[in-house]
Amino acid sequence: MYIGKVVGTVVSSIKDPKVASLTLQIVQELDEHNRPRGKYVVAVDTVGAGQGDLVLFAQGSSARQTTATDGRPIDAAIFAVIDSWDVEGRLVYQKEGLEVLGASPAED
Amino acid sequence: MYLGRVIGRVVATRRIAGLAGEKLLIVLPLDETGEGVMESVVACDVVDSGLGDVVHVCDGREATYALRERFVPVDATIVGHVEEFAHDGSPAVDAAAAARRNKRRRNAGNGK
Repeated sequence: MYIGKVVGTVVSSIKDPKVASLTLQIVQELDEHNRPRGKYVVAVDTVGAGQGDLVLFAQGSSARQTTATDGRPIDAAIFAVIDSWDVEGRLVYQKEGLEVLGASPAED
Repeated sequence: MYLGRVIGRVVATRRIAGLAGEKLLIVLPLDETGEGVMESVVACDVVDSGLGDVVHVCDGREATYALRERFVPVDATIVGHVEEFAHDGSPAVDAAAAARRNKRRRNAGNGK
């Protein structure tokens, strides 16, 4: 799985019936330091992620293993919205509004 | 499967129901000499791994076979800890030492 940022939505009026009911998002891949990798994927959203959210997405046949995507021709699925992550013990990202929940944001 | 070094952890409370309680870690894949060469990945963890551990990661749909709930969109799972590894007839490399070397080199490369 990779970290990604939801940067856009896809509107598509002519599509296979098996993908007709799915929400497609454009997801920009990020590295562990919250920097863009210069790649993006179109992924099915299974958790209601919004524009600007940082998310986790799975690729390949694993992406079909949700009730929304089972048996459908898709190969990328968003399955979680990220609250925070750290690398080598340093906080890299924390979602806005989560500071009050107790985790202390990095000062630098 | 491939080798990797655990470099971080991800917190995500809003997630697919089948993944409740599964630990998510950031892993830097290592080549056969212990060098970090590929892009980091996020993997589930079923063997209680921690920061700095050298692990082996199963990727693809098979990664779900290690989890409590198999019908989940997971394509990478940490399935074991590595104590040492060897390649091409060379002496075995101590995994913990390789991880420390890799961390130093990577930090130097990032200018931190």
